[in-house]
Order: sequence, then structure tokens, then C-alpha cells
Amino acid sequence: MQTMISFILNNQLIKTDKPSGGSLLDFIRYDSNLPGTKIGCREGDCGACTVMEGSLNDEKISYKSIVSCLTPLGNAHGKHIVTIEGIKMECLSPIQNSFVANAATQCGFCTPGFIMSLTAHSLANEKSTKQKAIASVSGNICRCTGYKSIERAAEDISKLLEDKNINNPIEWLIEKRYLPDYFLSIPKRLNEIKENQQIANPNDVIIGGGTDLMVQKADELVESSINLFQDRKDLKGIKVENGRCIIGAATTASEIEQSSIIKEIIPEISSCFKLISSEPIRNMGTIAGNIVNASPIGDLSIIFLALNAEINLGPRILPLKDFFLGYKKINLQKDEFVKEIAFAIPTKPTLFNFEKVSKRTHLDIASVNSAIHLIVNGEKISSCSLSAGGVSPIPLFLYKTSDFLKGKAISSELIIQANEVMQGEISPIGDMRGSVDYKRLLLRQLFFAHFIKLFPNKVLASDLLSNSDMR
Amino acid sequence: MNNIDSINHVTGKSVYLDDILIQKGTLHAVVFGSSIAHGKITHLDISKAEELLGVEKILTYKDVTGQNQIGGIIEDEPLFAEHEVHFQGQPIALIVAKDEHTARKAITLIDIKFEEFEVVIDPRIAKEKGLLLIPPRTFRIGDIKNAWSKCDYISEGRVDSGGQEHLYIETQGAYAYPIDNGSIKIHSSTQGPTAVQKTASKVLGIPMNRIEVDVARLGGGFGGKEDQASGFAAMAALASYILQRPVKLSLHRLDDMKMTGKRHPYSSDYKIGLSKDLKIIAFQTTLYQNGGAAADLSPAIMERTLFHSTNAYYIPNTEVTTYSCKTNLPPNTAFRGFGAPQGMFVIESAIARAANELGIPTRTIQEKNFLTENDEFQYGQIAKSVNIGNCFSTASRLFNIEKIDNDIKKFNQENSLLKKGMAIMPICFGISFTNTSMNQARALVHIYQDGSIGISTGAIEMGQGVNTKMAQVAAKVFSINIKRIKLESTNTSRVANTSPTAASSGADLNGNAVLIACNELLKRLKESAAKILECSIDEIKLQDEQVLKNGQVTELSWEKLIIKSYLSRICLSENGHYATPIIHFDKSKEKGHPFAYHVYGTAIVTITLDCLRGTYEVDNVQIVHDFGNSINPTIDKGQIEGAVVQGIGWMTMEEISFNKDGRLLSNSLSTYKVPDIYSAPKAIECHALETVGPELAILKSKAVGEPPFMYGIGAFFAIQNAIETFNPNYKLDFDAPLTPEKVLMRLYEKNV
Repeated sequence: MQTMISFILNNQLIKTDKPSGGSLLDFIRYDSNLPGTKIGCREGDCGACTVMEGSLNDEKISYKSIVSCLTPLGNAHGKHIVTIEGIKMECLSPIQNSFVANAATQCGFCTPGFIMSLTAHSLANEKSTKQKAIASVSGNICRCTGYKSIERAAEDISKLLEDKNINNPIEWLIEKRYLPDYFLSIPKRLNEIKENQQIANPNDVIIGGGTDLMVQKADELVESSINLFQDRKDLKGIKVENGRCIIGAATTASEIEQSSIIKEIIPEISSCFKLISSEPIRNMGTIAGNIVNASPIGDLSIIFLALNAEINLGPRILPLKDFFLGYKKINLQKDEFVKEIAFAIPTKPTLFNFEKVSKRTHLDIASVNSAIHLIVNGEKISSCSLSAGGVSPIPLFLYKTSDFLKGKAISSELIIQANEVMQGEISPIGDMRGSVDYKRLLLRQLFFAHFIKLFPNKVLASDLLSNSDMR
Repeated sequence: MNNIDSINHVTGKSVYLDDILIQKGTLHAVVFGSSIAHGKITHLDISKAEELLGVEKILTYKDVTGQNQIGGIIEDEPLFAEHEVHFQGQPIALIVAKDEHTARKAITLIDIKFEEFEVVIDPRIAKEKGLLLIPPRTFRIGDIKNAWSKCDYISEGRVDSGGQEHLYIETQGAYAYPIDNGSIKIHSSTQGPTAVQKTASKVLGIPMNRIEVDVARLGGGFGGKEDQASGFAAMAALASYILQRPVKLSLHRLDDMKMTGKRHPYSSDYKIGLSKDLKIIAFQTTLYQNGGAAADLSPAIMERTLFHSTNAYYIPNTEVTTYSCKTNLPPNTAFRGFGAPQGMFVIESAIARAANELGIPTRTIQEKNFLTENDEFQYGQIAKSVNIGNCFSTASRLFNIEKIDNDIKKFNQENSLLKKGMAIMPICFGISFTNTSMNQARALVHIYQDGSIGISTGAIEMGQGVNTKMAQVAAKVFSINIKRIKLESTNTSRVANTSPTAASSGADLNGNAVLIACNELLKRLKESAAKILECSIDEIKLQDEQVLKNGQVTELSWEKLIIKSYLSRICLSENGHYATPIIHFDKSKEKGHPFAYHVYGTAIVTITLDCLRGTYEVDNVQIVHDFGNSINPTIDKGQIEGAVVQGIGWMTMEEISFNKDGRLLSNSLSTYKVPDIYSAPKAIECHALETVGPELAILKSKAVGEPPFMYGIGAFFAIQNAIETFNPNYKLDFDAPLTPEKVLMRLYEKNV
């Protein structure tokens, strides 16, 4: 059904009846004549279309970077969308100045995207470091490959942000001319935009962050009836209930990454996210979207498989292991949708590790990925959950290998034997992400890596690598 | 000095093709390409698609008003396929509709059937079948036949290097509209506005003076828009000409990747012979260039491979043969380095294998064979002002190569799963278009009455900073503030018969034309000043926006001088023409003096390899580079750093993959990976070799666009070096790119 989409674009209130499933990028460029936001790839892989999205949460506004190419226009409703034109002031911002001073632009086409990513970085309620500044542009590609000058600019920017008031960054940033004055008026103005009452239609396409669907069928979505999930408050958030950690379907990857609950339960999970897509994509993509997409190498699927997660479909609750039926086939009835993902919080100290290798370490899809979740009792493994992606038509829970390891004492020999079991459990195919031989070898290596990392005193890399014959 | 565009870049104000304000009534076009790589079109029905509401017209070859045959060097390519298709993505029709979405939808309604033919994607198979784009060529020096007997050591092998997608972030595109007099104006994202003009003129069947091509700037080119922009621009122009409406064609990324050619993959065989004291006596190589389905720029690229096949070495007996092979891939095209990287990779591989077999470090052979003054290249040019030895020894000393070596040895002893590797990559790259006639340029300089200046040249700004350098040249000649100078868009009506901005020559050719025009204007202004100040012209000097008389500041400021000169009816416009002197090349003998000068340099590349996972990081690229006397060290540093990372990308993660049916598998940014900020080397240190710089370089500042790309080749050998350290069973092979997959397989390769 057609609803009016209302949001603030830079300093202007927008009301539009354009289709919800069209891309925010097209709206910015062609309906609003703001050409500073560029089209590079329309699949979220270049960052040329990066803009900032500000949203209100309990009267407080927070900003993040998003890629406008994959943002369904409907997801902009009630938000503040900021393009490069929206930070125009009487002078260059210190971020823009740092780019000029460090000669961090060559052809200039990617530049507005970099500036917006770093401006979003400046708005974070945390102290800036060089690493964080660089991480903020992890989704921006510069094909003139002028990254060293961009790094120098990012370093300067993080130094300039040293005195930032992290409790009230907006005021500080306005005072220092990172942002124009109108930013102060935004929360009040956003408050005046009413929530759209969605009337769901059973044939609607459900869309979360859009980071998969908008890549796969952007042309169709413009003409489809859309059911927007990203801002459904009932589907968002991470909570603990009865010893279980429950994650709402529309919770984004960034929200999981930054969640203090998750950090407390298994701190290693947060650190996996650096290897998962890029900052703007993590800011958009939802956990349910990533799982429902059923990619055999979906990073979140692999992580949550190892956590023995369950998936709540409303009428049914399934172990995540049983959710994937075949290549891109899932156990989901027509009127069902994912409500929550939940996992039991381990009561004993546990070990967790995630490994991923792709052609490019960051912002790439894995050739093979794997997660392991172990409880060790003295010398013995009392529980083991191992998962792997890229080695079967589905994100795979490795039952046999997990079972094999259970109750045994950790040694190099055991791991070598377990690899044999594991090799019998997988069925990789050769494709763009690697040959069959490679994927088998790589999974072995990542499996070894789990143990080399988790048990440096019990497992010797040299034993593992010299004693097992792969090829 | 920073790029004059940088403030507009960081504020998003710079205008690229798709940002041009469109006119009322603009139509949008989408290209319908072949779904198969080789076959005959047995059935094509566009009627349903044409009936879709919002579709204005669908053009096929039948609608071409002029000739349907295009091609930069050889006209061997149809604009729209007629009866046969020769690569997947080959344009068959152009859908013109009220918007892009409608045009895309119409594509799904086109009914087409093919009879499929055999697909060839391997250049060696193409050569066996006699499928060549042009006859092979050979460069020779010395007596290769009798040289082998003088060698104490001979080594042979095969070398492969992969393609590379340009991935300019701004895709190909053009915006065409009718203007007065039955003419068409085309805004094109092209490195070659004249190529676009010529192609459109032929396709439309109207003279070149009725086609005006205008280019503000490109969001990246890297060679990909030297020739391949022409076809798309001609399509937009044709639609505009037929419909008499503005038509925009801006390729979707997936279409761009599928339809356009890339860097040529090469497959090569070589034989190298050395004396006991490690002098290379003989080198013979045959290179099979994967040209794709049409000639495009392949013949010229093949030529540059021949020129650079011995890199920075003097080899008295050399024979290099290249075959440009016709395959069912999109016509491969120019890409930074233009065939030179592929050639250099072969000689460096040959040296690496020989060193490995002899059990000595590669650099021992490299060092003993560098070119020296007055050595003769295999193409007859005598090497002058040779700086390779100097670059290498400076790099060794400055970066302390012995220490690097020892640190790596120590690290490798202490770490079992991480290994470091190192390689040295010397470069020697000739500057000039190898086609001598292209080495010409013009610049039109206007001084306006208020003292501001507008400069038009044939150069295209695509991030390399050529416009900034042009402004610097003019500011220097007139001794005025650079802010007075504006670089105009590149426009064929202002500057005609331009050579493409390519071959690293943009600043040299156009800069010299600017210099000539400005010097002529300066002469006139001095004459005018002498008249006003009633003195002789020799007493006049322009300095810091003032006219000096005998070294004394006068009341004549720059602005006063200009307005007074204008009122005295002095011409304040000048057209400068420059043609590189000295250069020549005789193709019948394959000898001559094709290059104005050579650029030299040496890079030390060190990497760390994760031997558990097969992944790697480049730790450092330490360079000594021969800039001559750089007029803009800031821009030149950016060119070096960017080229190095792009070169590393080509050698490591950038893997073009076609299946056996000729379908591109690496067809999007999720399957074709280019370096991101984390894959850049942790450090790039670049030291400028102190040299005077050649007269033929603009203000003695050497060309810098392409040469440093080849430093990236060092990454291949550095990674290989670390693999060898980890796995003594690994038998050296040379098959780039060295992706994490290939690395892991080699780390665990067993001795067979």
C-alpha cells in the first residue's frame, strides 16, 4: 500500500509518495537534485553513495553511515538523511580540510562518500582513534587507490577529534564547524514526523536493511508492495530472559557488535564483526535478513549456528540448524517470518572462535568461514559446536565433527583425526570463491586455527601441519 | 601544491557525467547485450519491448545512419552486432525510454535466439587455430641463434598474468543532445574526445565538425575510457540524432563489467641464458596476448609489450615475439602500463626462476644486468641518462637492504606460521606514444580583460592532476597567482584533433603546448609593457603579478598591463602547438627512437604471509623513483602511491574469471575485489632520486602516471619468496594473480 514517506533530507522536510522499495540513492540524486552522492556499484560494495542517517531514540539522536544505494526509500521515514550537500557551511569542515591538506583526493568521485563516512565517525559517542577513523571508511573504495593519503587524513582527523565532547558531540561539532547549525533543530523536527501505520499485506515483500534484497532485485522492488521491518520496535533489540540471549529480528549487525550484553556473554563475538562486510552495511543489515538470505557462507548464520541458536518464527521455534533445507531453501511457511534469534547463555566458561578467509580480508564474502564454541572440563571437551560456511549448499552445522570431539582430551592427534571426520561431512563445490580442493584445505586450516588459537599449549601447529596429509 | 579541484571534490561539487543537469525531454538508454559469447543471431524480435509504455525506440544495426563499423586502430568491430556475436555482452540493441527503469524492463521483453558456436577464451588455443587480430611481430637484437652456445646456464618456463578490471568508480557513459545546424553535442566520460568525435561522426554519417565532444572530468579512467568510451558515446549520439531528443546512457555497473574489455591476460613462454658471472646473454620470449573479440587497442598494447619485455636490463641477444590472439572475450583494452607490466612480469619471472635454480638471491642477477649509459634497446634506441643503477644502489643504501634481509631471516626463524618475504622490482618505462604521430597536442590560452585566464587543452582530468600541472605551467610563465587560472573542460570545438590522455604523456604534450602558447603571449605582453613604459623589451620582466623594469617594480600591475594591452588591440589569445621532437620509429625494421625519455625506479617490497590461512599483508614498499625535477611533488606522490596499490591489486586479489562458455564470473564488486584501505601496504616510502630531468619532459618533470604501477609486480615475488621459505617442496611457478587460494595451495604443495 502507498504511504507518504516523510523525512528530513539535509535541512529540508521531504514528503513523498514515491515507492517505498525504490532506492534512497535515486531519490537523492534524481528527485532531489543532489548530485554529490555518487553511484558506483549499486550493491553496497564501493561506498560512493554513503550518506548519514540520523534517527531518534528516546529523544536522543544518533547518526550512522549507510549506503544509500541499498536503502529502500521507505527506511528513510522519520530519519534525518545527510548528504555531502547537507554539511555545506561557510567554510570547509575540518574533515574536508584534512582531505585537501593531505591531497587525499585524486579523481574525486569517491571523495564525498569518504567525507560522509568520516563525518558519521565524528558523530559517534566515543573517543576517536586512528584505527576507528580508518574503520569508518572500510566500506569506501578509492580506485585511484590513494589510500595512504586518505590514511594520513584520517589520522589528522582523529587527532582533531581528541577534545571532542563525547557526551554531546553535536554541539561540539557545530562549534568546531564540522556540522552546520541546523543540526541542532533536527531532533525536534524529527519528533514532529508521525510514524507510518503499515498495513501488512500477505504478499508484501518483507525487507529489513535491504543489503541483500536491494542487490538481488532492485528493479522488482520498485514495483513491489513492501513491508518494512527495519524500524519495527517490536523486532529490535537484545535482551536476556531466563538464561537466554534474545535478539530481535530487525537488530542490525552493528547493534550486535556493540551490544554490551553480547560483549559480556561472549566477548569474542564482537571482535568477529571487523571481518563481516563494512561499517555502513553492518549499520543496515539485520540479523534476520542475513539468516533468511540463507547464503551458504552467511557470516552471522555461521556464528549463530555455533552458538546453537534457535530461530523464532512466531508459531514455531526451530533450532537454527534445522532452518536451512538446501541451497537458498529455508524452513519458512508463507505466513511466517523471523521474529527472534535466541541462544542459551553458557553457564560455564566457554571458548569461542570465528575464522574467515576471503580473497580480500575485509568487505568480502568468505571462501570458507567457520565458528566453534567449546566448553572444556579439565582436559576434556565437554561440549562442542562447530559450523562452517562455503563447504555445502547450506551454512553447515558440523554434527559429526562436533560429536567426535565431545568427551575427548585435546591433543594435536585428536584434531588431526577430527579433520578426517570433518572432511567426510562436507561437500564443497568449485566456484568463484575457490576450487573444491582449496575449500577442503582451507576448512582444515581454519579448523586447525581454532585450536591453535584457543589451545596454544595443547596443540602444536607444526604437529598439525606436518602430520596430516591433505593433497 | 594541491590539486586545483580538491575543494570541489571534498564538497561534492565537481561535476561528472551523470551529474550534468539534464534538459527537458531527456531520454534514457540501456544497452541490450548478447547473453552468449559466440554464435549467430537466428531470431530477434524487439516488437514487444518496443510496445512497452514509455519506450521511445529500440535501435539496432539497421538504424545506423552512417557506418556500423567502429574500432580505434582497425575498424573490425560492429557498434551493434549484425548477424553474429563474438563476446558475451556484445551490444545488439539500444533501448531508449523515458527512464532507465522502463528501458531495463523492456530488455526482458526482447525475444532473441542464437545458434551457438565454439567459444575460445584461451589465447594459446586461439593462436593454434590461427585466430589472430593482427600478424605477429618480433623485436630482435644481437644473434639469438648463436647466443645460446655462449651461455653457461639456460632456464626455460611459462608465465601467465591475468586480466584486470578498470573499475573506475564512475562507469562509462555519455549524454548527447541535438544542437543547432543538425549537429550533436556529446558529453562523454572519455579519455579520448577526438576518438568519440570520430566514431560518432562515422556512425551518424555526418562530418566531424558537426559533433562537439565535451569532457569536464572523469571519475577514473586508467585506460578503460581511452577507446571503449567511443562506442557508448556513439550510441547515445545516434539515438539523439535519430530522435532529435537528448539521450543519456550511463552504464549500470554490471553492464559495464560485462560489456567492456579489461587489461589483457598474457600467457608466455621464455628461455633465458646466463654466463658464469651471471650476465644475461640471451633472452627469447613468445607472448600470447588475449585480445578478445576485436582489435580495439590490442595492436598498440602488444607493441608496448615488445618495447618493455627486457624491462631495465641490457640483454645483448634478445628476441621477443608477440601474438595478439582473437578470443571470445570483450575486446581487451588499455590499462595503466599498456602491455608493459605483462612483458616485465615475464623477464622478472625468468630472472627469479634462474636465481632459484642457481640458489642465489634474485637481486644478484638483477643488479648485474642493469642498463648502463649508451646501451642499445632491442628497438634500436640508445639509452641515455640511465638511472636504473643509481635508483637500485640508492634504494639498497637508503633502505639498508642487508638489514631488511637479516630482519626477515630472524623473523622467519622465530615464527613458524608467519613468514616474511621480500622482492626488488626495478622499472624502466619509455615515455611517448609508441605511435609517433600521436605525440602532438594543442592548447588554447585566453587572457580575459580582467586578467583572469582560461586554458583549454586536449588533456583529460581524471584524477592524475594534469589540469593542476597545466595551471602551474601558465602561472609560472606569467608569474601570477594560480588562482587567476581556470582549466576549461576538454572540448573538441576549442581544441581539435586531440590525442587521448594516455601513455602517461598528458602533462608532457599538453603542458608543452600550454608553455608555447603562454610564452608567445608573454612576448606580446612584454612588448606591450615596453611600449607603455617606454623602454626596450629586454628591460621588462613580469614577476609576482607586477611588471618590473630593470628589476624595479613599476606602476603596471598584471591587471593594468592586461587591460591596457587589450585597449591597444593586442591579441590576448594564443593557440600553442607541440609535437615531440627527435622521436621516430620504423615499423618495417622495428627500430628507431620511439621514446622521448625513460623513467626509472626501484622498489623493495616486503610482505608477511600467514602460512596457516594463506593470507598476506604488504608491510612496506620502499621506492627510489626518478621524477626528474617534479613540478608537483604532492600530485606525483599520489600517483606513485596509487599506482603501487593498483599494481599490487593486479598481482594479488584482482582475479578476472570467465567460465569456458565465455561468461564473466567476476561480474560485480562482490566477486571482483580491488584493494580497500586495509589492503594497502602498511607503509609506502618514496624517495626522489636527485636528477636534473630531461628537456623533453614538461619543465623537466618526468611523466609519472604509469611507471610506478609496475612496482606492484614486486608483491608477487615477495609473496612467492615467503611461500618458498615455508614450503621447501614448492616448485616455483608464475601464474598471477597470487590469490589467497593459490598461495594456500602452494604452501601445502607436496613434492611430486
